[in-house]
Amino acid sequence: MRKTLLESLTHGSLTEPAPAPDGSALAELAAKVDRAAQARLGRSLAIREVDAGSCNGCELEIHALSNAFYDIERFGLRFVASPRHADVLLVTGPVTKNMRQALERTYTATPDPKWVVAVGGCAIDGGIFRGSYACVGGVSEIVPVDLHIKGCPPSPTDLLKGLLALLEHVSGKR
Amino acid sequence: MGILDSIPHVNAVPSHRPWPRAVVTEAGWQAAIDRLVEGGLTLLGFWGEPTAVHMAMLDEGSAEIAVVTYACTGGTFPSIANRHPPALRLERTIHDLFGLVPAAAHDLRPWLDHDAWGQSCPLSGRNASRDVRPYRFLPAEGEALHQVAVGPVHAGIIEPGHFRFTANGEHVVRLEQRLGYTHKGIESLMQGASLEAAAKLANRTSGDSAVAYAFAFARAAEAALDIEVPRRATYLRALMAELERLANHFGDIGAICNDASFALMHAQTGILRERTLRAADAAFGHRLMMDVVLPGGLARDIAPDGIPALRTLLAEIKKVFPRLIELYDNTASLQDRTVTTGIVKAEYARQFGAGGYVGRASGRDFDARRTLAYAPYDQLSFEVPVLEAGDVNARVWIRIREVEQSVELIAQILDLMEPGEISSAPPAGRGACEGLALTEAFRGDVLVWLRLDGDLRVERCHLRDASWFQWPLLETAIEGNIIADFPLCNKSFNCSYSGVDL
Repeated sequence: MRKTLLESLTHGSLTEPAPAPDGSALAELAAKVDRAAQARLGRSLAIREVDAGSCNGCELEIHALSNAFYDIERFGLRFVASPRHADVLLVTGPVTKNMRQALERTYTATPDPKWVVAVGGCAIDGGIFRGSYACVGGVSEIVPVDLHIKGCPPSPTDLLKGLLALLEHVSGKR
Repeated sequence: MGILDSIPHVNAVPSHRPWPRAVVTEAGWQAAIDRLVEGGLTLLGFWGEPTAVHMAMLDEGSAEIAVVTYACTGGTFPSIANRHPPALRLERTIHDLFGLVPAAAHDLRPWLDHDAWGQSCPLSGRNASRDVRPYRFLPAEGEALHQVAVGPVHAGIIEPGHFRFTANGEHVVRLEQRLGYTHKGIESLMQGASLEAAAKLANRTSGDSAVAYAFAFARAAEAALDIEVPRRATYLRALMAELERLANHFGDIGAICNDASFALMHAQTGILRERTLRAADAAFGHRLMMDVVLPGGLARDIAPDGIPALRTLLAEIKKVFPRLIELYDNTASLQDRTVTTGIVKAEYARQFGAGGYVGRASGRDFDARRTLAYAPYDQLSFEVPVLEAGDVNARVWIRIREVEQSVELIAQILDLMEPGEISSAPPAGRGACEGLALTEAFRGDVLVWLRLDGDLRVERCHLRDASWFQWPLLETAIEGNIIADFPLCNKSFNCSYSGVDL
């Protein structure tokens, strides 16, 4: 164990420079900034992930955000275990009807001010599951969505670009 | 002797490939269940249609497979689950989706149906209604017992499901799972879909096994259409399947250690996982390699940069991974958590036909790549690790050994692969036909059964994840363990929610 630890101290860092915030995400967010919230939250956001029926592909890439290459916590973004501790809900999946109530309750349990980010093609409009008897088809049909991050699944870099755009807006940098 | 020789049947269905399917009467159906109960055959799959039910069975000795079909006149069929428990959740699913009633069933509670769809029996093709009653968990009675309800929204970044623990102090007396939250209606979306659209759905049945599902779907369609796939395409399919296995095993080994509070391993395997996904992206243009495997072959060939990227990846794994194995093996505080925790009894693994590391860590020597030897694994040399202990530690070691095998397999494929075609066109003007295929995903065997109509559209497709036969064993593995060890046990199974909810 000592060898592995020492080596990671002496080797260069794997963490990569931050990507630029996503331009289209900035545009989508421009209309939705709440100045009071900016003052309150500063440059840190707590994220609660909610799988509303995804295939689990999005979860894999959201997980990757915490690895050494992306190291999401350096931006003040961190995943929390309860919606009651969260500022942001990161929602994936086409919102299955079996998850609808759980999503509504999670949203209600999240204190204001809060943001909802819909992640992946399914979360935007149901994606390839659109039209199924078992899916609502899009997160915005259940809770208000502030930002959409496209992709099937979006790469960690795409996720990071979207979340950095959100962070910049919340902190009122632009 | 074929499986069907010992099962009285009315007639064999001619267009079913590559294994036989036969229609049986009640006597044949019961004879098939007899073989499951006595352990001669393993239940591989059990699925419905509006007026029939099918069960697929495997003879593990001869590697033969057969499907028997029971026509449900009067909307009922003899229950399998009341004699052979591994069929229970599949049977409840058939009841939910098709409204077919298993006669003499002990447990008819809904499984996927949470009374939220606005309709009952959505695949039955008729307007059905069902009595809605509050879901009743199985009772656990005794002094000082208390319940802990967890989910569907969990604390981590994982899929939704509900776990109901009954505990006596710290110790779990009973765990009951309640799943179905991610039910998307995939099998209904499959109906009438083109091969291409259906393959997209197969890729997204369980995103972590996208390649394995696409591979199984493609092979089922190819079996139905009786077409050969160019050799280069089969090699590339296996290459992607092994990359997928590597990425998932790295993720799992790290996550299991992380749940035992050993974050260093998680950080290190996280690096290997990311490098694997980046190499996959360089080679096939998608980190999870979705939508590359198609019926008939592949959507695209490996990128020219892909081969050096993969060779670099293999060299990196060979350099780093042995040190991580040593780290796992020599950290007593970690072993203290994983050894003897969450034991799956060998008899259950056999009875349930548990695939993947869950079965192989409990002595069940089955791997679809070797037992069924589908292309190109018939041309490749590899070992299938099997252990007997059945605990979390054994499931970690199976993964470690499989990582080593996958590295060797990828190296072999890179050496053996020759230039050539990557796709053969599906034949036009063939009538209705049926195909069945299994592939070995990282967590176990995936089964796909489908029927195509004369226009190359899917009439019915059933996808069966390995988790169907693993989830119930998690309920047995946690018994007597403390609640605090549940995340560790659960992660060592890493069952799919989306794959079984469909």
